[in-house]
Amino acid sequence: MDKVQDNRAWFLIIPVFVIVAFSAILPLMTVVNYSVQEIFGPGQTFFVGTEWFQAVLADERLHDALVRQIVYSLAVLAIEIPLGIVIALGMPGGRSARTSLTLVLLALPLLIPFNVVGTIWQIFGRGDIGLAGATFRALGINYNYTSNSIDAWVTVLVMDVWHWTSLVALLCYAGLQSIPPAFYQAAKIDGASKWAVFRYIQLPKMRGVLVIAVLLRFMDSFMIYTEPFVLTGGGPGNSTTFLSQYLTQMAVGQFDIGKAAAFSIIYFLIVLLFSFVFYTVITHTGEGDKQ
Amino acid sequence: MTVTLDGVTQKVGAEQHLHPLSLELQPGTFNVLLGRTLAGKTTLMRLMAGLDAPASGRVYENGKDVTGASVRSRDIAMVYQQFINYPAMTVFENIASPLRRQGKPAAEIDRKVRGTAAMLRIDPYLDRLPAELSGGQQQRCAIARALVKGAGLLLLDEPLVNLDYKLREELRAELRDIFADGKTTVVYATTEPQEALTLGGSVAVLHEGRLLQTGPTAAVFHAPATEECADVFSDPPMNVVEAILTNDRVALADGTNLPLSAHDRNLPAGPCRVGIRANHLTVLRRSDRLVPIRGRVELSEISGSETYIHLRHGNTTLIAREDGVHTHPIGSEIQVYADPDRVFVFSTDGRLVAAPHGRRGLLRNIA
Repeated sequence: MDKVQDNRAWFLIIPVFVIVAFSAILPLMTVVNYSVQEIFGPGQTFFVGTEWFQAVLADERLHDALVRQIVYSLAVLAIEIPLGIVIALGMPGGRSARTSLTLVLLALPLLIPFNVVGTIWQIFGRGDIGLAGATFRALGINYNYTSNSIDAWVTVLVMDVWHWTSLVALLCYAGLQSIPPAFYQAAKIDGASKWAVFRYIQLPKMRGVLVIAVLLRFMDSFMIYTEPFVLTGGGPGNSTTFLSQYLTQMAVGQFDIGKAAAFSIIYFLIVLLFSFVFYTVITHTGEGDKQ
Repeated sequence: MTVTLDGVTQKVGAEQHLHPLSLELQPGTFNVLLGRTLAGKTTLMRLMAGLDAPASGRVYENGKDVTGASVRSRDIAMVYQQFINYPAMTVFENIASPLRRQGKPAAEIDRKVRGTAAMLRIDPYLDRLPAELSGGQQQRCAIARALVKGAGLLLLDEPLVNLDYKLREELRAELRDIFADGKTTVVYATTEPQEALTLGGSVAVLHEGRLLQTGPTAAVFHAPATEECADVFSDPPMNVVEAILTNDRVALADGTNLPLSAHDRNLPAGPCRVGIRANHLTVLRRSDRLVPIRGRVELSEISGSETYIHLRHGNTTLIAREDGVHTHPIGSEIQVYADPDRVFVFSTDGRLVAAPHGRRGLLRNIA
């Protein structure tokens, strides 16, 4: 077929271009603009080159927050992905009332607004009236997320697991449901063990949804803000201050717009880089079996 | 192995999927299960494989009762409609997987895998993943995996149905030679009479959960015991019309008279039903003995390089076959010719009374 050359085709992409320009490109460019200027007030701006970027890269507190953030996100993935897979494997199949009930129960945490999740856990963990906090106290365990940084960190992590493991489980469940029953029959006839069925049929067939699950959970947890903000406010000390919270402090709290803008760009690039690495690694994992 | 089904039935809920059915498969034979969709072919195979236990009746392997025994303990292999391979294993590893489970030495595995792959002509692709193969090659891989296992019973559940026409023809012809080794009992389910005939061996015709007839495939085709069986074993379905048999002709209900032939002479006079396969109802008048039947075209469909004409004749619809690709406008008048030497005569309750004399004298197969 001959390709038709017609410049009027450009008109067709104008709507998309305009929407993307206003929703993504213009805001991003504004941030780029801020990141290379010192802003004292309206109309009082000076070009400072890469000064803000240098300041951000040398910021000790930011290094701490970054390390904390990476450890946190990796912990989230290390817990939620395997746990989600296990839950999905244990879920009932077919169209029964049991299946529907399980799906609804799993979907519930996903429907709760982020700040409500934070509030729920804030109360849940309180030593005086919270179910978990009071139970720990009654058992003689010294648990206090407002003063002990490890307790706070673990609480934020457990909260995320409670909130988001369902998503991984539901994605994996969808992946498992798409495997034709004939695969399981064939494995049965071959005499394959349960582990072999998982390793050679279920896991490869879930690879597509696992890519999505890992990427979503990574990006989301790397940008986590609302829940720890409500639960711990970043404390005690800075123990649960993650990148986005530090960024907010910088931009809104200290009104350091230039530095915050430079930070935003670096933050964005980090998320992009990590997502790219995860995507590449996972999509190429199966091919490693080829020897 | 010898597989014996003794009065097996299968029920799903209140639905009877298999009526009491007995069947014996001899070791090393090639058996075709022929039946339309929902005839119970897959249900029957699942019983043979042990994937399901029958609702009643017994299953024997080599005389040993294996009813309800686990699939894992049985010596079987199976190929499905869908192309089932381990997605993350290479073709080599896929074919090798049953041998690895049997704990065979590496050298033997390598030799057997390469031999089987060569037989199925997928040896150039041993290092690829199944997803990197075409549909036909994926199914070849699945067949190789089943073959290499060396199981006593090999079940193939419509293995070619998801392939395109050309690949199907090609693989079908090859399969006949591949299964000719004579050690494994092969059961091959299909909906297509043509496929059953190409594969040969013996056939068991199933219809709505009932076993209609068993016997050598060609013999059953040439002398189906009942009208129902003839219908399943004809594609398109056999034309059947009411008729009266007299001592000098077969008078069809519409007034068409067919002269008697060698096979339907000397039959007791009276009402009967006459069956004519579409390929014996032709547009071309090949000989003077052929009897014209006029009708109006209801539908004309092209299948491969043949044209099937559905024509309204009196109050029945007949299907005629025409070689080559032709178009017939709907509603147009058409004349087709019935071959009186090729008609089946059934009793009014549908049992075969006389079958046309085949070239090889197949009449002796009717008891």
